[in-house]
Amino acid sequence: MSAARLDPAAFRPLFEPRGVVVVGASSHPGKFGFVSLHNLLAAGYAGNVYGTNLEAETVLGVQTVRSVDEIPAGAADLAFVCTPASTNAEILRACARQGIRAVFLTSAGYGESGEAGRLAEDDLVALARELGIVLAGPNGQGLVSTPVSLCAQIVAPYPTPGRIGVASQSGNFVSSFMNWSLATGVGISRAVSAGNAAMLTVADYLDYYAHDPATAVGLAYVESIGDGRAFYERVAAVATRKPLVLVKGGATEGGARAAASHTGALAADDKVFDGMCRQAGIARAATVEEAFEAAASFATQPLPKGPNVVVMTTAGGWGVVTADAITRDRDLVLAPLPDDLLAQIDTKLPPRWSRNNPVDLAGSETRDTIPEVMEMIARHPGVDAVVHLGLGIQGNQARLMRQGRFYPDFGLERVVSFHERQEVRYAEAADELSRQTGKPILCASELAVADPSNPGPATVRATGRLCYASANRAVTALGHLYRYARFRQRRGLS
Amino acid sequence: MMRRVPGADAVGLATLAAVPTLSEAASKALLAEHGVAVAAEHLAADADAAVAAAASLGGGPVAVKLCGAHIAHKTERGLVRLNVLGSDAVRAAAVELLAAARPEDGATGVLVAPMVQGARELIAGLVLDPQFGRTVMLGVGGVLAEAVADVVFRLVPITSLDAAEMIEDLATQKLLGAFRGEPAVDREALAAVLLGLSALAEARPDVVSVDVNPLIVHEGRPVAVDGLVEVAA
Repeated sequence: MSAARLDPAAFRPLFEPRGVVVVGASSHPGKFGFVSLHNLLAAGYAGNVYGTNLEAETVLGVQTVRSVDEIPAGAADLAFVCTPASTNAEILRACARQGIRAVFLTSAGYGESGEAGRLAEDDLVALARELGIVLAGPNGQGLVSTPVSLCAQIVAPYPTPGRIGVASQSGNFVSSFMNWSLATGVGISRAVSAGNAAMLTVADYLDYYAHDPATAVGLAYVESIGDGRAFYERVAAVATRKPLVLVKGGATEGGARAAASHTGALAADDKVFDGMCRQAGIARAATVEEAFEAAASFATQPLPKGPNVVVMTTAGGWGVVTADAITRDRDLVLAPLPDDLLAQIDTKLPPRWSRNNPVDLAGSETRDTIPEVMEMIARHPGVDAVVHLGLGIQGNQARLMRQGRFYPDFGLERVVSFHERQEVRYAEAADELSRQTGKPILCASELAVADPSNPGPATVRATGRLCYASANRAVTALGHLYRYARFRQRRGLS
Repeated sequence: MMRRVPGADAVGLATLAAVPTLSEAASKALLAEHGVAVAAEHLAADADAAVAAAASLGGGPVAVKLCGAHIAHKTERGLVRLNVLGSDAVRAAAVELLAAARPEDGATGVLVAPMVQGARELIAGLVLDPQFGRTVMLGVGGVLAEAVADVVFRLVPITSLDAAEMIEDLATQKLLGAFRGEPAVDREALAAVLLGLSALAEARPDVVSVDVNPLIVHEGRPVAVDGLVEVAA
C-alpha cells in the first residue's frame, strides 16, 4: 500500500485517454488480446484505437502494427497490455518513448505467483516510476470509464453509465457490480480491477474518485490492505469528501483463510476493521448486493437529515415487516405520526386507514390518493425519509389483463392504460417529491426483479433511481445513508 | 487480545511471560495520569503497612493483591484476595501473599484497595492490531465477556466524538442504562476513560497494550479496579 498520494491528474491518461493501444491484439477470438480490443470497440470509445501484433494482422478492422514504437507519438495515453510478463519491461519503455503515460497490465505471473514474480513486479514498478508511467495491475481484468465510453477489459460487461466509482481487489467483483448496474439501471462512472495493485492500490483509485466530478460515491471490495494505518488515513480522507461503501472479504475465520490464499495477506481482526470503518465514516456492507444498493442509494438519493422514517404502504403485511426492519436498525426511527400530519391524511382517506406509521392506505386509495398522501408525508418537517411500498400492483394487474384473452374488449384497454399511467405517476411523484423536499424517498417492490418491465419499477429506473427489490433492502440502504449523514453532521462536514 | 478474560490466559502465559509489564500500581498511576479514574489504593511494603492502609480506608472490606513489576497473572497464581475484612484478616492475607512472591516477580509489595461495588463490569484498554497498530478497546466485561464478545475498537488517536460513538456501538445498550437499582452509566465519564487511554498511547509510544479489567461501574461511574500496562522491550 503506497501511502503517498498521487495527483488526481495522473489518473487522467488511465480513465480519460486520448487514445488506447491494445498491446498483444490477437485475431483469435478466445484470447484476451482479441476480447479487450473487441470490448473497447464495441462500447463505443470515441478516441483513437490502436493494436500491436507480431504479424501486424488486421484485427476487427484495426490494422495493427508490430510494435508500440510504430504508434504515432502523442496519439495514445493508455496501453492495455495482454502480453506475457517477460515482454513487459520493453513494452513499458516503448510506451514512454511514444508519450503513453498509463499502462494497464492484464498479465499474470507476478506477485501472485511467488517470490520470483514478486521481484519482477517490484522491478516493473520501479521502471514505471522512472519512466513516469502510472501502472495499473498486473493480473487485473481491466477498467471502465463511462464518461468516455471506455471499456478496456478482458471480460464483460460494459455497465450502465452513472456516478458510482468502483475499485476492487478482485476483478470478478467489478463485473458483479457492473452486472448490478445493468440490472438496476443505476450506473457506474469508473470501475477498475486493481489486480495485484503493484503501483496503484484500491486506496489510490478511491482517492481519485473522491476528486473526480463524474463520481458521486466510491464502492470498493478489499481483502488484504497491507499497511492498515495508511489505508485508514487515505479512505478516511475520501469519506470526508464523498460517501464510500466498502465490502470486505475475509471477515470470518473461514473467509480469512480463503483470503490469505487469494491475495497473500492476513485479514485483520474483523471488529477492528469494523471500528476503523466507523471512525472513518465508511459504510461497510456485509454482502455484494448490500454494497451495490448502498452505493446506488448514495448516488441517487439525497442524504436524510435525521433518523425519522415514515412507511407508506398499500397493504398491511408489507408495512409490518418494514416497521420491523426499521426498528431493528440501530439508528433509524419509525417515527410516530405527528398529529398535524395525521389530521392532514385524515382528509384524504376514509376512517379505516391505519392512523399510524406505517401509513397503511388499506386499499382505500382513489385516483390521486397515493401522490397526495406521499406529498403530505414527504413535506412534513418531522419526516426525514419515506419508504413507499406497493408500487407495481396496478401494473401487474394490467399485465395479466393484456396477456389474457379478453383484452382489449370489456373495457380492458382503458383500465390497463389507466393502471399503467398510475404506476408512472406514483414513481414520478416519488422522484419529484424527493427532489423538491431534499429527502430520500425509496420505492420497494419485488416487481423490480420479478417484472422489470412493470411501469412502476420501470419508471423508477427511468427517473435514475433504484427500485429496491424488498423493503428490507431499502431499509438497509437507508440505514447506510443516515449513518453517513450523521457522521458528517456530527463532525461539521457541510 | 483480551488476555485477562478467563481461559485466554492459559494459552498466552508462556509467550506473554517475556513481555515487560509495569506493576499494577505503576500501571494504574500511568492510567490516572492520563485521566482514567482508578480505585483509591495504597501500596504497602509489609503486613503492618497493609493493616494501616486498610484502616485508613475506613475499615471496610478491601482487596489485597501482591504487586510486582513482573506479575502479569495474579488471579491464576492466587495472588488476589477479595472482600478481606478486619485487621487480622488483612494481616494474614498480606503475610501469605508476600510469602508467595517469587524471585522473578521483582520488587514486591501489597496493594490494599477498597472493594468497589457495582453490578456492571466493563473492560477497556489499548490493543495492538497487526495491521492497524494501536487501538482503543471497550467491551462488556464480567465472566461472560468472552462468550458475549460485545467489544468495539477505534484506532489511536480518538476524538471525544469517536469515544461517544464507541459507547453507542456496544450492542448491550441496556447494560448502560439504569440497572438493578444503579443509575445509568455516565457516558461522559466512560468517554473520559477511552480518551485517557488514547492520550496515554500518544504520550507513550513504547506502550504496546493496556488492559483495564475490570472497569467496574460504581454508582454510574466507571472505575479501573485492575490495570496492566505492557511496554515494548
